[in-house]
Amino acid sequence: MGKILVVVEQREGRLRGTAAEVVSAASELAVARKATVEVLLPTGPGGVSDAEALGAHGAEVIEVVSDPALATYHPDGFARLVERRVRSGGYDVVLMAATAQGKDLGPRVAALLDVPLAQDVTAIESVDGEVEFLRPVYAGKAIARVAIDADPKVATLRPNVFQPASRPAAGGVVEGALDDDSDGWPTRVVGFEESGGDIPDVAEAGVVVSGGRGLKGPEHWEILEELRSALGEEAGLGASRAVVDAGWRPHSEQVGQTGKTVSPRLYFAIGISGAIQHLAGMRTAGTIVAVNKDPDAPIFKVADYGIVGDLFEVVPRLTEEIRALRERSA
Amino acid sequence: MDDGADWYIEVAYLEWERRCYVEIVVCVKRVPDTETRVRIDRDGKTLDASGVKYVMSPYDEFAVEAALRKRDEAGEGEVTVVTVGGADSAETLRTALAMGADRAILLEGEVTQDGLATARALADEIGKLAPDLVLLGVMAADHDQQQVGPMLAVVLDHPCVTGVSSFDLVDGRAVCRRGVEGGTETLELPLPSVITITKGEYEPRYASLKGIMAAKRKPLETKAAALPDPRLRVMTLELPPERTGGRIVGEGPGAAADLVRLLREEANVI
Ligand SMILES: Cc1cc2nc3c(=O)[nH]c(=O)nc-3n(C[C@H](O)[C@H](O)[C@H](O)COP(=O)(O)OP(=O)(O)OC[C@H]3O[C@@H](n4cnc5c(N)ncnc54)[C@H](O)[C@@H]3O)c2cc1C
Ligand SMILES: Nc1ncnc2c1ncn2[C@@H]1O[C@H](COP(=O)(O)O)[C@@H](O)[C@H]1O
Repeated sequence: MGKILVVVEQREGRLRGTAAEVVSAASELAVARKATVEVLLPTGPGGVSDAEALGAHGAEVIEVVSDPALATYHPDGFARLVERRVRSGGYDVVLMAATAQGKDLGPRVAALLDVPLAQDVTAIESVDGEVEFLRPVYAGKAIARVAIDADPKVATLRPNVFQPASRPAAGGVVEGALDDDSDGWPTRVVGFEESGGDIPDVAEAGVVVSGGRGLKGPEHWEILEELRSALGEEAGLGASRAVVDAGWRPHSEQVGQTGKTVSPRLYFAIGISGAIQHLAGMRTAGTIVAVNKDPDAPIFKVADYGIVGDLFEVVPRLTEEIRALRERSA
Repeated sequence: MDDGADWYIEVAYLEWERRCYVEIVVCVKRVPDTETRVRIDRDGKTLDASGVKYVMSPYDEFAVEAALRKRDEAGEGEVTVVTVGGADSAETLRTALAMGADRAILLEGEVTQDGLATARALADEIGKLAPDLVLLGVMAADHDQQQVGPMLAVVLDHPCVTGVSSFDLVDGRAVCRRGVEGGTETLELPLPSVITITKGEYEPRYASLKGIMAAKRKPLETKAAALPDPRLRVMTLELPPERTGGRIVGEGPGAAADLVRLLREEANVI
């Protein structure tokens, strides 16, 4: 009987969407390996109100470690906590989401355990008792199949790719203690400046609305923001490099080879031509929609659905139609 | 009394010395240019390198630029660039020297997708150099691993912050800013430390002709990398499934309603 540890994230006292995705991927692997899935959930003093929901996706045990020092991600503290759990728990697989947190935490945990890491994985396969991971390389222009010749196998899983599955297990919530002195963590978070509002990171958003030079200026992002908010909470904003270089949008929103590689369920490319470096970053999206006035724009070669037209006319109508649909189905 | 004064002068001197001399190591990697159309080699595991143009990984250029600026702000110091790779990687080191780095070390060894093996080879050399600061790119533009920096930090037992867009060195500490969900976070860590750099304040300079000439005379040392056997094995490398270009739903705003219907009924995504 093997054991799989899943490290999940919370935000403001509730599970993040990636928690169900990674636990589901873990429980699917657990079936093949005859293993059990345990969850580690570091959080602030308030706990996590919906922690037990992970039982429905296959978590046997959900350990909630509440401590003021764990309220937000701390690289030193989280890495040490996960390392201790893995060492004492005897896990043979450790999984987390390839979110901003996971991509920082994964390498630290793997190095502390002296094992390699499969980062930003888009599929896990169990072949003759061995685990193999698929991960995009060259910004998604190729897919590598890799195996890890060490235990435990540590991997981070790309958000929005693994579907939450129903696989009921005990899901018992237990309280754990931090047992560490946060004064000994060398890195200190000394400030936070809010900007851009409370919308998900482009690499983690389930739906992405991206804008390019076709928008003609930063003042026109209002149109995209309207579309984004019509699409709901899980929608984020992206940008082409042209508009980031022009200073219209922050680099944190850039999609592509020198930005973020994203795999949302739904991707809107608005006024983006579809250069190879941009396509590299979004070609693994579920459904791609393009709006462009040039019928020969390369973006239409990868888009599932396209509208040829002036984005300043098309996008507001699209927003209206989506709002109307949401109202009808609400 | 005299003792106290001496002591004071010594501390002041050390402070001064620290402010004025900074040693920075930058890890750089040679990767295929981002324009590259990927073809798979006959071995089915690696990139077919024929006709591929190689460049310094874009984020590493930001890291080199950051190091040069910090050295120049401090007034005195040394920037050493290090890479693990084949003999061809000397070219990437020369580029960094032409930008203004002081010296270069080529750790000759195989480029592996096992980030921990790479981190160990780098740590073996950097540990001996004992710099104040180690800078890396947040991610190399080949295997998109995003891991060598924090792994190197663990091996060296240094604190580490990833994805930093700008930082200051103050009194033996690094004050780093990075974009996170909903805003900008500021973190502080004691030196020596490891920082991975993303695009932000450090727009890389172009090497001047003078810089390129000077680079030819700068020291470039080659030694064998202390590279452990990789334990992350690449079994196959494949092209992703082609996206079959979809359809044009229509022209102009009139097509919006049809698109929304398709997204709901056919694609099931809204
Ligand atoms: C080393 C390197 C790395 C790079 N990395 C990235 C990266 O990470 N991400 C990235 O995106 N790019 C990257 N690029 C840049 C890339 O090559 C392109 O230059 C860039 O993606 C173009 O951005 P764009 O599509 O917004 O602009 P453009 O190519 O100018 O396209 C604008 C589009 O808007 C359309 N348009 C104009 N007006 C309207 C209108 N009123 N209505 C509808 N459509 C309209 C036009 O038809 C056109 O197709 C990189 C380049 C290099 C060399
Ligand atoms: N072979 C290498 N030699 C030197 N530095 C490297 C090497 N591989 C990775 N790095 C550094 O680590 C960073 C992150 O790489 P990666 O973890 O592979 O995405 C790169 O931007 C480089 O700064």
